[in-house]
Parts: sequence; C-alpha cells; structure tokens
Amino acid sequence: MADPILSVRSLSKRFGGLVAVNQVSWDVYPGEVVALLGDNGAGKSTLIKCISGVYQADEGEVYFRGERTYFTRPIDALAKGIETIYQDLALAQNLDVPANIFLGREMKLRYFGGLIRMLDEGRMRKEAKTALDSLQIHFPNLSQPIESLSGGQRQAVAIARAVYWDARLMIMDEPTNNLGVPEQHKVLELIRRLRDQGVPVILITHTLPDVFAVADRLMVMHRGRKVTEKRTADTTTEELVQYMVGARDDTRMQ
Amino acid sequence: MDRVADSDTRLAERLGGDISGARTPGQHFILTLSRLWAWVFLALLIVVFVISISMTSGGSVSFLTLRNSQNILVAITPVLLLGLGQTFVIIAAGIDLSVGWVMSLASVLSALAIRAAFNAGAPLFLSAILGFLAAVGGAAVVGLFNGAIIAKLKVPAFIVTLGSGFIVRGISLLMSENTTVIGLPPGIRDYGNNALLYYLHGEGGGFYFLDRPELTGEALRRLDPIFPWPVVITAIVVGIAIFVLRKTQFGRHTYALGGNMEAARRTGIPVDRHIIMLYILSASTAGIAGFLSTLRFTAGSAVIGDALLLQSIAAVIIGGVSLFGGAGTVIGTVIGALIIAVLTTGLVMLNVEAFWQFIVVGAVVIIAVLIDQSRDLIIGRARSS
Repeated sequence: MADPILSVRSLSKRFGGLVAVNQVSWDVYPGEVVALLGDNGAGKSTLIKCISGVYQADEGEVYFRGERTYFTRPIDALAKGIETIYQDLALAQNLDVPANIFLGREMKLRYFGGLIRMLDEGRMRKEAKTALDSLQIHFPNLSQPIESLSGGQRQAVAIARAVYWDARLMIMDEPTNNLGVPEQHKVLELIRRLRDQGVPVILITHTLPDVFAVADRLMVMHRGRKVTEKRTADTTTEELVQYMVGARDDTRMQ
Repeated sequence: MDRVADSDTRLAERLGGDISGARTPGQHFILTLSRLWAWVFLALLIVVFVISISMTSGGSVSFLTLRNSQNILVAITPVLLLGLGQTFVIIAAGIDLSVGWVMSLASVLSALAIRAAFNAGAPLFLSAILGFLAAVGGAAVVGLFNGAIIAKLKVPAFIVTLGSGFIVRGISLLMSENTTVIGLPPGIRDYGNNALLYYLHGEGGGFYFLDRPELTGEALRRLDPIFPWPVVITAIVVGIAIFVLRKTQFGRHTYALGGNMEAARRTGIPVDRHIIMLYILSASTAGIAGFLSTLRFTAGSAVIGDALLLQSIAAVIIGGVSLFGGAGTVIGTVIGALIIAVLTTGLVMLNVEAFWQFIVVGAVVIIAVLIDQSRDLIIGRARSS
C-alpha cells in the first residue's frame, strides 16, 4: 500500500479531567473514503478538530503527506489542503455561487499599479463553472444566492470550493444530515466522485447506511478510544452497532 | 461504464434541475415589486406632490422647480453621508449609533482647525483642507475606537457606539465651550454655498458654469444655483461608495460578514480588521458631513448632527438594507434619503403641519420593512419547495 496521506500517532486530547481522545493512532490513504464512526460524545469531532487545527493535541503527533504538522489555527490546515466541511457549510447565504467559491480568496484586476483593485467577476465565474463542471454539477443560474439553493446543492458548492482550492484531504462532518433522501444520494455520489479524482475523504457520521454506501474503510471510536478499524466489506451493520455502543472492543481482546 | 455515465447525467439533472421555476407568477411579481418598490414609491410621491401642490395653490406654486430640487439635494446631503457609512456597517450586520454625534464633533473640529490655520496666516484653501483633515481624522479616531472594541473585545456594536456617541458629544461640547464656533474667514461661506452651475431665469438669463454672476436686488432672486459644492462632494462620495461596495473585495467581504460571520472567518477573511475598517469608514463619512456643515453655515456646531442619526437609519432601511445584515445597496440608501426629503418638503409645501412628517416617515419605515419581509418569505418558500 502507498504511504498514508494522513497519519495520526498516539493522539490524546483532554478537557480538564475528561479524556476526549485517548491514544488514537490512525492512517488515511490516498484515494479512499474512510468513515469515522461513533456515538455522540465518542470523540470523533474532537479528533477531527485536532487534525484540522481547531484544537491542539495534548499528546501524540499528526503527519500530513509525510510531514509532521502542528496547526495552531484552522486556516493553517486549510493552507496545507486539509479542508473541513462542517454541517453549517461555511457558505455566505446571501452571496452567489462564484462569490462563495472564491470567498476570502477573490480574484482581482489591478489598475494604476495596483492602486485600484476590482473584483474580476468574469474570471471567477468562469473558474467556478470549470470547478463545478469537473464534478459534473450543473446549476442553471450561477448568480442565485446560496439561500435559494437546496441543502444538497449547498453541499455541492462547498465541495466544489474545496476541490477548486486543491484540497488534499476532505473532512466531511455529517454531510447527509438534514437532507432529504434524494439529496443524500447526490451527496454520496459526489463523495465517490471525489475519491475517483484522488481526493481522500474522511466521513464523520453515525448514519450507517452512508458508511456502507461510500466508505472503503472505517474506524469506530468509543469513549475517546479507537475500538476497531475495518474494511467496510468485512463488517455488518449489527457488528458496527456493537462497536459503537461499546459491546465489542478489539483493543480489549489483545 | 454505461451505468456510471448514466448515473452522472441523472445526478447532474437532479443537482441542477429543481431550483428554477419554483415560483408562481404572483410570487414573481411581488418579488420584482419588492426590489423596485422604493423607486416606484419615490416616483409616485413626486407625481402626487406635483399634482396636489399645483391644485391646492391654484397653479401658482409648483413642486417641480429647479430651486426646489436643489433645496432637496442640499437637505439630504448630511443624512445621506451618515447613511452611506451606515449602509456598509449594517450590511455587515453591525450598527453605528454614534454617527450623528461624530458629525457634530467633526463640525467643531473643522471649524476650530480652519480658524486656527487662517489666523496663523494659512491661505483660505489650505485652511479648508486642514479643516477637512481635522474633521475626517478626528472622526476616524472615533471609528477606530468603536471598531477595535467591537472586533477585539466582542462588545455588541449597539452598546459600543451608543457609549462612544455620548463620549463624543461630551468632547464636542467641551471643545466648543458649549457655543457655536464662529469667527471663520468669510471665504469659507463661498465654499459651502457656491455651486457648480448657475441658472439665471428671465431676461439676459442662461447658464453660468463655475462662475457666480455678480447680481444685485431683484436679479439675485432669479438666480438658481445648481449642484452646490456640498452636493457635488456628496455625489463623489456616493460614486466611490457604489464602486467599493459592488466592485471591490472590501465590498464583497462586507456582504460576507453580514451573510455568515463564521464562514467569513473560516475562509480566511480578516474579520476583525474588516470590522475596524467599517467603523472607521462610517465615522469618516460622518466626518465629511460635519465638515460640509461647517462650510455651509460658516460655523462649527456641537449639536448639528444630533437629530440626524435616526433619519439616516430610516433612509438606510427604506432603501432596503436589512438590519440583520447581508443585503442592501448604496443606491437604495440614496433613494431612501430622497424619499424622506421629498416627503418632508412636499408636506411643508402643502402646508401640512410639520408634526405629520414624523408620522408619515415612521409609517414608510415600517412599510419598507414589511415589504422586505414579504420578499424573504417568498424566497424561503421557494427554498423549501
């Protein structure tokens, strides 16, 4: 197997007396979709936040593309290509699709030696269209504000933005929550397409059907610890539920 | 392979296909109307006043005169300038309650600076420039103070700007020693009241560009200034504001802050710095308003802007800026200010008692917000269907 793109070594994170993440080691490889499972409070989100720079781990190391990383702010992780798509999507509802794809990184035309800098709307629109096309997402009208789009379409815009900005690793937090069934399918198809383009995806979820639909491998956490790591093909819903509620634990058997 | 390709096309259809055409013609009509209603309302107002004033006066008084249009433009200048900065701040989901008092401070500062410079031997024009710098610079300091506390210490804008407004008011009264700052060089009066163009009615009449004809007595009454300097300067500021809000990254980020502050932060927009810049901008346009009022009245007044805060917010809201942030335009604010001024002037010309102005303006503000909400309701409906 290739070298892992993300490698977490014995990572721990404590909040006062609570050990939210306890000595977790975990690898994510290029071109795979990995599900991160666990009940509420299992430590999934804390682990992810330690990877994406929201929190700093108390112990352990994170290697990204072979390099030891130490992100103090989410924006640093973003700059390295770790893109986290949260449930609230970080889109500005009042702006249109190109404006959101280029939010904070707008293209500009410079006049008078940079004295006057205007937004390059034409180029941003063209580039946004290219990015959407590469994921086969089609909007009839790019100038509509995000608030007039459906939940699945918003997910698509957030994903297209990440892909455009050269995401090397995509972390998605419950991407199918609050979506209707057809929209859930669209988002899962987009995740598959991302993998096919070589972008590994970490899927945080407790929706087991999603896991079986798109994930190549999975990791289950329970009370801050990694209790198992499996290929999706080698497990069943019943077994995963047992891991998630703590009835099974691979680490205890050893 | 075929199966994959097929599913891709279907995905594309599903992702793209279901957003247009979700609105009925009725909803579409209301939506269009809600975008344009301020223009329509302004036009209707003018028509109503033209007809009613002409009727009540038996044709002897007309609403649509050159002089009246210029009076309206001069009247909206300070309200509009305060509203311009406010437009940016409110679009970014903030509010600046200090602008009226900042305008008063700027008026006092510019009067003191002009007087001191001129008395120290500076030429008139240089004195005026120094007055401008004192007004805008002093105002910008207040804006920096507001913005820094709002952005860095996370105190709500409402509280910070209310508090700084009181402080500024105290400082203005102290600096002016609670009286009008007078003793400015008389030439200042020309800067504040001369115009770009003049039109002389009647015999030997015509346009005079940049050059006020020397007239006396009866002829003076036939002379109409067109675009007095304060109006010209305000128009330039309006033009810059339109450009900045629509065409620059600063404007884009202003909308983004109002749309989703957290998203703005996560995408790397320097949110704190932007907030500070917004309040500096808001205070600065108030500073320009204070400077212009000093030119116009040849005096500095520590109370000149006190009553203008609420008028400027009314103009912004009538113009369609959402108090929740994220939506609004500069042109909307211009229209909002015009609606207030036309209403006020028209009612005066109809000899309606002045108190009615407040009642009518208040009603228009509430109607404006109702229309905005009906638009949101329709967009919301389209979203959920």
